[in-house]
Amino acid sequence: MKRYSSLGLLTAGLTGHTSWPRAWRDPTPKTRYDIVIIGGGGHGLATAYNLAKRHGLRNIAVLEKGWIGGGNTGRNTTIVRSNYRLPQMQDLMEFSLKLWETMTDELNYNVMFSQRGAIFLGHSDSDMTKLAERGDAMLARGLDAELLSRDQVAKMIPVLDMSRDARFPIEGGLNQPRGGSARHDAVAWGYARAADALGVDIIQNCGVTGFSIRGGKVEGVETTRGTIGADRVGICVAGHSGQVAGLAGVKLPVESQLLQAFVTEPIKPMIDTVIMSQSVHCYISQSDKGEVVLGGDPDNYPTYSQRGVPMRLEQVAGEAIALIPALSKLRMLRSWAGTTDMSFDGAPILDELPVEGLYLSGGWCYGGFKATPGSGWLFADHLATGEAHPVAKPFALDRFERGATVDEAGAGPKARDR
Amino acid sequence: MQLITCPHCGPRAQAEFEFDRAVESVLALDATEAEAVARLYRRENPKGWSWELWRHSAGCGVFLKLHRHTVTHEIAEVSLLDAAP
Ligand SMILES: Cc1cc2nc3c(=O)[nH]c(=O)nc-3n(C[C@H](O)[C@H](O)[C@H](O)COP(=O)(O)OP(=O)(O)OC[C@H]3O[C@@H](n4cnc5c(N)ncnc54)[C@H](O)[C@@H]3O)c2cc1C
Ligand SMILES: [Zn+2]
Repeated sequence: MKRYSSLGLLTAGLTGHTSWPRAWRDPTPKTRYDIVIIGGGGHGLATAYNLAKRHGLRNIAVLEKGWIGGGNTGRNTTIVRSNYRLPQMQDLMEFSLKLWETMTDELNYNVMFSQRGAIFLGHSDSDMTKLAERGDAMLARGLDAELLSRDQVAKMIPVLDMSRDARFPIEGGLNQPRGGSARHDAVAWGYARAADALGVDIIQNCGVTGFSIRGGKVEGVETTRGTIGADRVGICVAGHSGQVAGLAGVKLPVESQLLQAFVTEPIKPMIDTVIMSQSVHCYISQSDKGEVVLGGDPDNYPTYSQRGVPMRLEQVAGEAIALIPALSKLRMLRSWAGTTDMSFDGAPILDELPVEGLYLSGGWCYGGFKATPGSGWLFADHLATGEAHPVAKPFALDRFERGATVDEAGAGPKARDR
Repeated sequence: MQLITCPHCGPRAQAEFEFDRAVESVLALDATEAEAVARLYRRENPKGWSWELWRHSAGCGVFLKLHRHTVTHEIAEVSLLDAAP
C-alpha cells in the first residue's frame, strides 16, 4: 500500500495527480473463503479490516451488491457521539468514539473526523431536567458532558433565534465536546484500502441471493457471481438485514423504514457544532464544503423505496428555520433517503443467528454511522472467536423474548429510536 | 407521497394517515407467549407486497387494512377491518 502523506500529495500535485495507484484491487471471487462478509458499507468493511488486522485472518471477502459505501454509509448525516442515557448504549458508542479519535492515523486515510461538539438544545424546564439527567448519566459513566445555560448556548451558536417569543424558545443545552462529524465516503474508502492492503478481497457488484446450509450449519453463499464457500458468514446489510437473514430462513425483529437527509447550497461557515434538540425532530450541522446538512425523524412506515415523503422535508425545513431564521435565505440543494433496519427497541443486534456460522450486525436503525469502528471491532471478535465481546453481549437477538430490551427511548416494542 | 383511498372519505394524501402496524404482528387477545414472541419479533418485513394496518388519523379516524407494495408503493386494496367475531 502506498502511504498517503502531505509530501506525497505535494509531489503528485506536480504531475497533475496522475501518479496515484488504485486504492484497492478489483479481484474475481475465489470459490472459498474462511469468512465472507455480506455488505460493503462501513460496518462490513470495518469488520473485514479488524478480522485481518487484529485476528491475522487473510482469507476474507466482502461481497457488495452495488458499490462500496453506496448504502447508508454514503447517505447519512455523519453525526458521531456517545451521549446516550443507558449504560449499554453508552459503552457501545463510547467504545466506538474512542476508535474515531485514532481512525485517521490507524487507516492512513483522512476521515476528517472533527470533534466540534454535539449539542442537544432544551426548550422547556422539562427538557432541561431530561438533559441534566442524561448529562449526569454520562458523567457517572466517565463520558464528557456539559450542561449549558441559555447564555452559553447563545454564545456557542449565535445564529439561533434566542428571542423569548421564538417558536422553540431555548432554555439551555447539553454538549458533548468530543462529539462531532466525519466524512462518510472517506470512512468506507479508508477501511476498504486498509483491508485490501491486508489481503481482503473486496468484491463489488456481487449480490448475495441465497445461502448453502447443511445440517443447520452455513457452508457458503449463492451470489450473482456464483457460489462462494465460507466457514462463517457475517451479515452487514443495514436496511436489508431482514431480507438477507430471510434467505437463511431467519426472521428478525426489524422493520425497514426510510430516513431522509437534506442539504442546502454551500455558504461560508455559520455553524461550527452539531445541533440537535430534546424535543424538536430536526438536527443541523454544516459540512466542510459549507452545505448546511439537515435531518429529522424517519418516514414512519415500511418501505424500501429510497424515496422520502415530501412532508418530512417541509417539517424539517420548517423546524430548522424556526431554530435558525437565517436558513430561510438558503436554497435546498439536494435530498435523499436511505433504508434503515429499525429494531424494536432502537438498539442494534450483534449475534450469531440460529444457523451455525451465520452472524448478524444489524438493527442499527438510523444511528449506526457513529458505531462503525466499534461495530467492526466487536463483530470481528465475535466472528473470529465465536464469543461475543462483553460490550456486544447486551445486544443479543433473544433479548426481545427475554424482555431484556435496550430501550433508550423507553418507548416499548415499536420500530423506533431516539 | 402516497394517495390512499379511505372507504369513508375518498382519496386523501398520505399526510392524513398513520401507519399502525404490519398485519402479521397483530396479536389475538388469548395468544400464548410463544405466539406473541413469534408475531411480534419474528417478522417477514417484506420487500414487496405487504398487509398493513393504517389509520386515517387526521381524517375520519378509521383503521384500514392495506395491501401495499413496499418498493413501488402501489396500493392494491384498502378495506375496513372485519368486525370482531
Ligand atoms: C439519511 C440518513 C442519516 C443518518 N444519519 C446518521 C447520523 O447522523 N449518525 C449516525 O450515527 N448514523 C446515521 N445514520 C445511520 C447510518 O447511516 C447507518 O446505521 C450505517 O451507515 C449503516 O452502515 P452499514 O455499513 O451497516 O450499512 P450500509 O452502508 O447501508 O451498507 C450495507 C451494504 O449492504 C449492501 N447489500 C444489501 N443487500 C445485499 C446483498 N443481498 N448482497 C450484497 N450486498 C448487499 C448494500 O448495497 C450496502 O452497500 C443515518 C442513516 C440515514 C439513511
Ligand atoms: Zn377516512
